[in-house]
Amino acid sequence: MLGKLDWSAIPFDQPIPLVAGAMVLVAILGVLAWVVVKGHLPYLWHEWITSVDHKRIGVMYVLLASVMFLRGGSDAIMMRIQQSVAYQSQGYLPPEHYNQIFSAHGTIMIFFVAMPFVIGLMNLVVPLQLGVRDVAFPTLNSVGFWLTATGALLVNISLVVGEFARTGWLAFPPLSGLTYSPGVGVDYYAWSLQISGVGTLVAGINLVTTVLKLRTKGMNYLRMPMFCWTTLASNLLIVAAFPILTATLAMLLLDRYLGFHFFTNEAGGNVMMFMNLIWAWGHPEVYILVLPAFGIFSEVVSTFSGKPLFGYRSMVLATMAICVISFMVWLHHFFTMGAGPDVNAIFGIASMIIAVPTGVKIYNWLFTMYGGRIRFTTPMLWSVGFMVTFITGGLTGVLVAVPPADFLLHNSLFLVAHFHHVIIGGVLFGAFAGFTYWFPKAFGFRLEEAWGKAAFWFTFIGFYVTFLPLYTAGLLGMTRRLQHYDVAAWRPWMHVAAIGMGLLCVAVVCQITQLVVSIRNREALRDRTGDPWDGRSLEWATSSPPPVFNFAFHPDVRGEDAYWAMKQHAKEQQLEHHPEPEYEDIEMPRNSPTGFVCAFFASVMGFALIWHIWWMVILGVLGAFATFVVFAWRDHDEYVIPAAEVARIDRVNVEERRSLVSMAGGV
Amino acid sequence: MNLLDPQGPVAAANSTILVDSVFIMLTIVVPTIIAILGFAFWFRASNPSAHYQPGFVYSGRIEMVVWAIPALTVILLGGVAWIGSHQLDPAAPVPGTGNPVRIQAVSLDWKWLFIYPDQRIATVNTLTVPAGAELNFQLTSSSVMNVFFIPQLGSMIYTMNGMVTRLNLRADNEGKLQGLSAHFSGDGFPDMMFDVNVVSPLAFPDWVESTAKTDSVLNEASYNKLVQQGIERGRPTYRLEDPRLFDLIATQHIPPGPGPQVASGAGRPHSGGHDAR
Repeated sequence: MLGKLDWSAIPFDQPIPLVAGAMVLVAILGVLAWVVVKGHLPYLWHEWITSVDHKRIGVMYVLLASVMFLRGGSDAIMMRIQQSVAYQSQGYLPPEHYNQIFSAHGTIMIFFVAMPFVIGLMNLVVPLQLGVRDVAFPTLNSVGFWLTATGALLVNISLVVGEFARTGWLAFPPLSGLTYSPGVGVDYYAWSLQISGVGTLVAGINLVTTVLKLRTKGMNYLRMPMFCWTTLASNLLIVAAFPILTATLAMLLLDRYLGFHFFTNEAGGNVMMFMNLIWAWGHPEVYILVLPAFGIFSEVVSTFSGKPLFGYRSMVLATMAICVISFMVWLHHFFTMGAGPDVNAIFGIASMIIAVPTGVKIYNWLFTMYGGRIRFTTPMLWSVGFMVTFITGGLTGVLVAVPPADFLLHNSLFLVAHFHHVIIGGVLFGAFAGFTYWFPKAFGFRLEEAWGKAAFWFTFIGFYVTFLPLYTAGLLGMTRRLQHYDVAAWRPWMHVAAIGMGLLCVAVVCQITQLVVSIRNREALRDRTGDPWDGRSLEWATSSPPPVFNFAFHPDVRGEDAYWAMKQHAKEQQLEHHPEPEYEDIEMPRNSPTGFVCAFFASVMGFALIWHIWWMVILGVLGAFATFVVFAWRDHDEYVIPAAEVARIDRVNVEERRSLVSMAGGV
Repeated sequence: MNLLDPQGPVAAANSTILVDSVFIMLTIVVPTIIAILGFAFWFRASNPSAHYQPGFVYSGRIEMVVWAIPALTVILLGGVAWIGSHQLDPAAPVPGTGNPVRIQAVSLDWKWLFIYPDQRIATVNTLTVPAGAELNFQLTSSSVMNVFFIPQLGSMIYTMNGMVTRLNLRADNEGKLQGLSAHFSGDGFPDMMFDVNVVSPLAFPDWVESTAKTDSVLNEASYNKLVQQGIERGRPTYRLEDPRLFDLIATQHIPPGPGPQVASGAGRPHSGGHDAR
């Protein structure tokens, strides 16, 4: 009846996951109870859960990422403490628990923090920057988000029901095969990634189509803001790379469920094939994450320097070069597997070539600042911190791309320090910069600068205190994923890294405080004009938060930095009276519970597959399929906002904006 | 285990390339960081003497320079990578004095088996080699993947079941070194450290002779006991019955190790590593 599921699946003997799980459960139930009692459920259902508004979906993505960031961060804290106490002892985490923690940390941070964070920001911002009213496939967008949430849910269920993978975040066979990992951990891993992978793929298709097909009048490719370009490149990579991940995990699952031999030791299976396939996805994945961050920094540096982006065309070229070359370097993840010198050298050099366009980007941001009038707001601090951090992270990256150096550094803590260096310094700094930069656009008020700056400095310093010791430990020969060790030379560095982790925790507390304080002071921080930073691109041309239709009229774009040009134009002719344009009805997509219902059935299916509850699998598959059928047979998918309503909403915004322009003109 | 304190020619060459590459890159990274901080500071909005140039958005000369600087650096480093990959290919010979020593390493769950086919002996978790001689390693795994790595001798390499990888090293100075597995392989992975005793070329035959006197014999039967998951605290040594044992393992004539013993409770099987402790 319940497949492999019985009471032994609940880890009664392990207090840490049980207590953590219980606390999370209580928190969730508490929030749910509060929502129901206060009568917020209809609001939540109509305005958020069934919403197909790209802005709302973007916000939900970022919220999911933030919650999962706390989970992945807790794993990191536990690992750093374990490694600092586990000298000549077992520490406080037994291996079967420690091994789950580092596997979950990697999986969560990449798939359920970094990915939803950048996809959320792209969802929120790209249609606004393109001057359009929604993404290409609004309902699909909702499906993509909810399937990602399903994956996150399954990973969290594994905390209390069963176990998570103990194989590392890429689950290399044969260790992840049935023979050496007979438990449900790898199944949790694989099914949550399969389901959320579908979500990511549809998000990618949606955003590629949006950028390629939905641009406002005059917004040709070479007038798009840099963030739209990096979004295009990143999502092209998603569309090309995620099917590889899906196929690879499908093969692993066939091995585990149906006795196939793709990656087993026996019967002609080949583990090296898995390595190649997973990294053929895994390396582009790195650029899927970091390219949008590059876009964010481009927007931020240009806005706060008061200048257009330096060398825009060069930046576009660099972005697309990275997009293409990132597919040709995957072998550098396993130089030490015994490939011949020609293969190693060619992939090493290809990897270095990516450093060229990346270096060009750094220099172009540098010259964007040159001759600027730089305002050091929180997003700008993250950007300058990124430039300094990323260039040294790039240095160690090129270093491990030199095969003979990699022969010493492969899998060492030096490598761990390197990829945290570029992912924290690149993706995370970028996500936080984008979060602070676009928060007023999403919610209509700015975040407290003081707490934001405190969060930056604690993150920046905490990052170096945590990861410079890991570089050193790597040079002392320390390899990754050690649950305990007997080498005295490593120990002091583990202590320093744990202190750095403490600083990073303070940074997270600052971020949360910033959010709470800003919400309480929201009236004082209110952004009435829609343009709190003196922005340059079209997202600032509408109110904050934007109306559901984003723009009452399709903006007419006449060059790069479209909104900046409009503001200059308006200032020049400030005294002229513009007759109010004629408002028209606007058609918008209707809300749809398709995404939520489909993800519900996908969750049922995923859980049932993990525990071999076959009737429930059939139920889940049929339910998800039926949801699509119902959606496909819909009669109405749009509703009309009457012209009078559009006019009412837009006039308020125009009035605020006009007062801004006249004030600016008066100075 | 300091990578920058090499004890053999391979490690010395590896770490030289490592250090040189860092310095090559630092020559452009350091000025760039200084420029970033300098520009950011000088062009702050509150600096009245900074000249605001909102129109400075393109310069062909600067573009050429910013593409050329990283490109030239990469050309230089690419040369280093190409030459280094060929000279330091793990399978390339490392000439030494005296006869090369053949060593066949098998990663087990969770220990290292070192077979000396020519000397007809085998050891677990301890590797004894003569200083100055070429060491020819053939490596495979009894089950999951591992990486064989002696940090101060250089160049690590994967071990995989059903496959043989090759690695040539040389230890130049007598002394004790440590080796480890550099690829996660399960619960007992942290205990896969092994001792490396580099002895004088004269002492090596004595060590072989004394080891060969042991009563334990390594054959298929005792090997199959050894592959059971568990952590080896001692340093057992064996007489090798059949010098072709390694080939039988690598060609899967001896089947792969069994993996963890599944107890009741389908969801969370007990791990061998836990039991072994």
